[in-house]
Formats: sequence, C-alpha cells, structure tokens
Amino acid sequence: MAGLAATLGSGAMTNAMEEVLQAKVILVIGSNTTWNHPVFGSLLKRAVKDRGAKLIVCDPRRIDLIDFADVWLRHRNGTDVALLSGLQHIILREGWQNEEYLKERTEGYEAYRKAVDFFTPEKVEELTGVKAADLYAAAALYAKSGVGALYYCMGITQHSHGVDNVKACVNLQLILGNLGVVGGGVNPLRGQSNVQGACDMGGLPVFFTGYQPVSNAAAVEKFSKYWNAKLSDKAGLTLTQMIPECGAKIRALYVLGENPMVSDPNLHHVEESLRKLDFLVVQDIFLTETAQLADVVLPGVSFAEKLGTISNTERRVQLTQPALQPRGNVRQDYEIIADIAQRFGHEFPRTPEALWKEIRDLTPAYAGISYERIREVGLPWPCPNETHPGTPTLHVGKFSRGLALLSPLEYKPSAELPDAEYPLVLSTGRVLEHFHTGSMSRRAEILDRLVPSGHVELHPDDAAKHGVADGEKVAVRSRRGRIETTALVTDRVAPGSIFIPFHFAEAAANVLTNDALDPACKIPEYKVCAARLEKLA
Amino acid sequence: MKLTIDGRSIEAQEGQTVLDAARANGIYIPALCYHPRTGKAGRCRACVVEIEGVRGLKESCATPAREGMVVHTDTPRVMETRRTVVELLLADGHHNCLSCQASGDCELQRMAYMLGIERPGLLFDVPPEPLDESSEGIVREADKCIQCGRCVTACQNTVVNRVLAFGYRGHHARVIADDDKPLGESSCVLCGECVQVCPVGALTFTGPRKARIRPSETTATKVTCPYCGVGCQIDFHVKDNRYVYSEATETAWERQPNKGMLCVKGRFGLDFVDSPERLRSPLVRKDGKLVEASWDEALDLVASKLKTVQEAHGTDALGFFSSAKVTNEENYALQRLARVVFGTNNIDHCARL
Ligand code: SF4
Ligand code: SF4
Ligand code: SF4
Ligand code: FES
Repeated sequence: MAGLAATLGSGAMTNAMEEVLQAKVILVIGSNTTWNHPVFGSLLKRAVKDRGAKLIVCDPRRIDLIDFADVWLRHRNGTDVALLSGLQHIILREGWQNEEYLKERTEGYEAYRKAVDFFTPEKVEELTGVKAADLYAAAALYAKSGVGALYYCMGITQHSHGVDNVKACVNLQLILGNLGVVGGGVNPLRGQSNVQGACDMGGLPVFFTGYQPVSNAAAVEKFSKYWNAKLSDKAGLTLTQMIPECGAKIRALYVLGENPMVSDPNLHHVEESLRKLDFLVVQDIFLTETAQLADVVLPGVSFAEKLGTISNTERRVQLTQPALQPRGNVRQDYEIIADIAQRFGHEFPRTPEALWKEIRDLTPAYAGISYERIREVGLPWPCPNETHPGTPTLHVGKFSRGLALLSPLEYKPSAELPDAEYPLVLSTGRVLEHFHTGSMSRRAEILDRLVPSGHVELHPDDAAKHGVADGEKVAVRSRRGRIETTALVTDRVAPGSIFIPFHFAEAAANVLTNDALDPACKIPEYKVCAARLEKLA
Repeated sequence: MKLTIDGRSIEAQEGQTVLDAARANGIYIPALCYHPRTGKAGRCRACVVEIEGVRGLKESCATPAREGMVVHTDTPRVMETRRTVVELLLADGHHNCLSCQASGDCELQRMAYMLGIERPGLLFDVPPEPLDESSEGIVREADKCIQCGRCVTACQNTVVNRVLAFGYRGHHARVIADDDKPLGESSCVLCGECVQVCPVGALTFTGPRKARIRPSETTATKVTCPYCGVGCQIDFHVKDNRYVYSEATETAWERQPNKGMLCVKGRFGLDFVDSPERLRSPLVRKDGKLVEASWDEALDLVASKLKTVQEAHGTDALGFFSSAKVTNEENYALQRLARVVFGTNNIDHCARL
C-alpha cells in the first residue's frame, strides 16, 4: 500500500485480473497463487497454457505454480529486493529498458540507477542463492517477451522491509514500461475479501475515504462540513502500534470482525496487551479467541445475511445481497454502530443504501457506482459519475501522482536471521483449504475434515538431521515462544527452511513470529524469523 | 445478421453458433456435451438440427450462424435422432431418477421428458458400479456418466487442475482421476467445477446429498465470497433459511471476476453461517464470565465505558479495528464512529496482517 502510493500515487492493484490473459510474460513473486487465490490461479494457468504467456516464479518454496513456469528462481527468504534489483541490473546493463517510457513518465532515474549498480549478478547470487546464469535467463525472458504483468502477495509485503520490496516491483515495471498498459501492471493480490474496501473506506489512521489525508486541511474541512462535526487532523495509530500501547496510551478498544489474537505476530504479547485494557468490545459472529477476552461481545451477522458492497482485489465494487434471514437476537453490523452513535447524541444512517449515499458523496472514485449499476456485475473504481464505465487499468497515459517515482533501494537483511541457536528460517502463510485465523473456515465441516490441524513443512534433509519422521509430533521454538505441531516432510521447502500455516489457534504460528515492523507501513515480519525444531520424546 | 429458426426470424451476432442463437431467443435445443464454458465437443448429437440446403443433420453446437440460414429444430428426423440419443444413453447406464440427487436438475432427464420417453425401449445388461465416495466433497456415480466430456474439459482447460481425463479405450472408455484413483486420493483440489458442468447425476456434491435436498428445491441469491480478495460471485443456495450448496454464479458469468469458477473455500467453506457456534445474543462480562444480556444493557455498558475512558484519558485513548471481512458500508460507519463521535483517527484494520 504505502510503497505503491508513494511511487505511483495510488495503492491498489493496477490492472484487472482478466488482463493476465493478455500478458506476454508474467512474473509471480511471494504469492502461492493456486492456494491463496485459486480462481485467479486458474486464469493465470490459462494465460500460460492457452495464450502462450511465459511465466517466471520467484519463491523460496516449491509452490504448485512452478509446474507451469519457464523459470523458477528460488531465492532465500527475505532477499526479494536483491533479486528484483538484480534483474534490473541486467536489464539496464544490456540496454533492454524502455527509454522513451523512462523519459516521459518517470523521475528519479539518476539516484535509482546508482543504487542498482550495487546488485551485480555475482552479488545477487551471494545474497539470494540464485545462480547468475538463471538470473540472466529470467531477466532476458522478462524484458524481451513483450508486455509483462507482475503479481505479488503477502510474501512481498510481510517483511520488515516490505515497502522496499513493493518499490522494487514498481521499479522493474517502470523501466520496462509495463505500467498503464493492458496486460501489465503491479498487482498485489489481496488476501481478504474486502481489504481493498476497508482501506478505501478510511479504515486507516491517516486517511478518510478515498485516501483523502486527515492531515490535509481541505479534506478535514470537507469531511467536517459533511458530517457536521469537529475532526482531528492528527494521524492515528496503526493496529500494530495500538496493540503494544494497550493499557498505556490505548485504554479501550473496539474490534469489529477481526481476531488479532490469532492473526497478530508474537501472540503471547498480544494476549498480554489486550488483558491490560480497561475495556474491550468485540463485534463478531463467533466467540473468537479475541472475543473471549472481551468485556462486551456484540453479535453481528454473517456475509450471507447482509446487503452491501465489497471491493475486490482489482478495485471492483460488487454488490452482495442477503441470502439468509438472521437468526437469534443479533443485529446488522451497521445498526449496532448506529445504536452506539445514538447514545452519544449522533444520528447515523440506518440502512446500507443511506450509508452508500454518503460514501458516494464523499469519495470521488466511488461517486458513479450506484447499487442499480452493480446489481449484476461490479464496476472497478475510479468511477466518477453514473455514465463512467469504471477503470479496469490504472495509470494509462498519466500516473495518479503525475510522474512515477523510481526508488533507489539498498539490500537490508531481515530483522532476525538464523544463527547457531535458532538455525532454521521460519515463514508462515496459508493452506488452500483454510483462511486467515480459521474463524470461518475451521467451522466449515468439509474444510475442517480436509485439514483438521496445523503442521510444519520440513525438508527431508532437515527431517533426517533431527531424526523426525513424516507425521511425527514436534515442537518448534523461536525467541518468542514454542508450539507443538505435526511434521510434514516435503521438498516443497528448501533445506534449512520451515513453513507453518497460521490458521490454527491451538498451534498458532504467530506465537513464534517476529513483531519487528516495516518502518513505513507497519506490517509485521511474518515471512522470516529464526526458529529451531525439537523432537518430542 | 438474420436467420430463421422454426419459422421465426432471429437476430444473431457474429461468432454465435446456431445453438447460441436459438437459446438466446428462447428456442429449446437440447445439448449434452456442449456447455458455454467448456465449448463444443461434438460427442453427443443431442443438438442436431436440419438446415435447408444442407444434406443430413447438423450439430447446432458446432455450426456457426449465417445470414439467411433457415433452420428447423423439430422435424421428424431431428426428433428421431434425439430419441435415439436418449434411448441409448438411458439403456447404457443406471438412470434411476426416483432416487437420483440430480433429478429435476438433469439435462438428460429433461430431454427424455421433452420427448415423452417414459422408459427406454431397450436395456443393456450393464453391471452396477460402486459409488466413488472417497472425496470429502464430491460423489461420483460412474453408472450415470454419459461420457459427454464436460468435466474433463472443465478440469483440464477451465480451471486447469489437470486431474480428470478419459482413460482406457473403446467400449471401456471412462472418466478417470489421475491414473484412475478414487477421487479422494487423487490430486483433485475440490474446486467443484466438474460438478457444476456435469449435465447429469454422475457428479454431485456430498453436502446436499447427505441433507437429502435436491438442487431443484433450493433458491439461490448471488453473494460475494467472504474469503480471499478475488471476490468470486456465488449463487448461494438456500432451503428453509439454511445454506445448502454453492455454485459459481451463472449470471453474466463471463463478466464476473471468477468467470464461472470457485475454489474449495467458496465451494465447500460457507456452511459456517449455520454453525451452532454462531453468537445469538449480546454477551456481557459478569464476575469474570461472559453471560447473555439484552441489547440495551450491552450497548449502554459500551457507551458508558467508552465515555469513562474518554473522559479520564482523552479521546486518543480509544482504538478501533475495522475489518477486511465486512462491507464498505460497515467500514465506513465504523470510521465515522471513531472520527465523528470520538474525534480520534485511531482506526485501522487487519489488512497488513
Ligand atoms: S473438483 Fe476441480 S480439481 Fe477436482 S476433479 Fe473436479 S474440476 Fe478437477
Ligand atoms: S461425469 Fe458428468 S460431465 Fe463428466 S463425462 Fe460423465 S456425464 Fe459428462
Ligand atoms: S471462491 Fe476461492 S478464489 Fe473465489 S473469492 Fe472465495 S476464496 Fe477466493
Ligand atoms: S451438444 Fe452438440 S454434439 Fe453434444
């Protein structure tokens, strides 16, 4: 988000998903697409199989997509900046860049070019473990095949230097002129159904709706006037800043539909923090691990019982309609919020339609999207008026910030690297069958039967070294905690690396992970920390 | 372009087949192997029509519509061919509609019904085959397979999961998973696309089967999948206010983000909505325990506590976590609550996690 917004002026997926069918070459980095976004994964596989697109996959794990790849770069966890800059080093050295595009649409080339000099193939091989020859092959394929699309996911953002990773992706696309063209783009695949919408709606400490900054006097005035209220222009705290401040700066917390007890890094710490609050209120449909700590729990309704809009990963605003009547003494989530506002003397809109009207009034990118227009098929924002067809491809002709910024980057090692005491690199993520903290998917009968419990993926060499067999119970320990889980011996992970899915509260991977944050966007470092394996007696 | 079907003058688009044009105008032509997503297969001959000036019968699913074409879909020759197609298929399997999961939602049954076939004229002595119930989500009944090939094309070309194929030769040809494994032991990822396109009861979902609810008994509403950010549009099938099963929406499927596909989560992961663990009442902590309370009690308590904290520690002592799982309207309402009612920008959500 922060990386994209700073360089391009807008923090969203730049191109529509279906444009993958028009890409000539595709680079996937830090996204286990066929597990985490399986339907998009199918489209991507079709692009390769039916349209002859070339595919480059950069991933430390042997993910399923590699079966479709022309080139697989298996870089070490946390070395994405080095890998991506290495590709750019070769492209610029060979003169494969798009000069005209660089001149007309970008700025910051001088400083950027100097920074790239550092990443010689030899240096990159040393840092990433990727052979110089393979790197060259990938650079040639990517630069010379025609329009290239780049996709990434949490594997790029969940690092203490996640913003740099995103900037490295943007740099690569800029020097090749792959932004603002159909079939190209820098495309973060969002992990949850309405991440895009939650950001668009101002669920962020520094923005009102539509990324209008709370620090901007004109924006504050606009919103104050519309809401008829005095507003703060002081940036708020992020979630990952609020948690450690619980009991200190933060005394009461209102949690809507989230389960930070399982999703946040360094869980022990989260629980301790939440317990320090004077007051915790949780609004959810289940008594999640977080709700169990609450002072008051307010029962809302599920996705299937509500009317409203959701903005998908490609900025497409879609209408979702109620299929079930709510049961029990529960209320619509917007009603609950209005009920609280009312107790402070504020009248809030009490229907989705009325809320939607306010959103459209206040948010230019959403202004043209009426429920009527999206009853059948959604529309991608920006869509400024009711005759506008929506914008599947961003940055055509001009970037939101005018010229795009090339960023000089340097290699920064991950905050915690393996050592003698904790010799393994632990990364976390998802499995195909489950989702996030498991509060929904683990209550789905078939999904629960398919994958009832957690595991740790372990390379056969490491399994042998530890004398551990497939299916055996093991303990995994980091500087922050210890969990017990089951060994899954597989060459999906590289030797020296282990992988734990984070859906399982009883063996929560986030007991182990590191809460070191990216300085700009405050994303915790889920993808890399040091750990060790212990055989259970 | 204009063509005539059964005496009606019809407008057709470039690239449409005779079948597409007929269907777009509400004219019934059966099709067993053709499906809009898997395309023409030319295997079943259920869709044959007569075209004036053309010798023999033509497969409408494979014949491009042309200007001035005159097409007949209900001549004796066409009906005779359809009848033979259905008779042979019925004779060659175990089509016990009485207890079939797909009854009422089966394209072979519909064809037989339209032709007025009550029972097949001949029955081959085919030995019954055991069900394949090895998969958590899908039941296979080889007895009912009419070898139309839709599932194979769907698995290979639509979702590109490369599990299903035709195996063996000649009369023994059949659909197999991997090298003829039970589906539950195969590399199937349970996307369910094959079931959604199967015209008959050869592939069905375990959920509605166990609940003894047929597709024809449910009503569907288009919803957005609550899991990942692809935002798949799902026809959410309900009976008696309970979830029964999911299909990728067929409404304008080509223009939806999921294009008629789902993954295992959207397909089989939505029954949590009916979980007995769903909260049914507000809860308030009393003597260390969460106990049921009225809305007024719970909301009054929230309001008074937030007020107390605000008064004692200032407004920035409050924090709000909004959610990537709820709607835009609800996210908007929560940030409005934080900013307008409490005057703080301490609002964030779990997207960075
Ligand atoms: S469910 Fe999906 S992966 Fe499995 S056999 Fe059917 S189409 Fe193939
Ligand atoms: S299982 Fe269904 S879709 Fe597949 S070949 Fe048989 S009848 Fe056709
Ligand atoms: S069905 Fe699967 S791919 Fe589609 S939105 Fe749901 S989780 Fe994502
Ligand atoms: S539908 Fe045309 S040949 Fe089967």
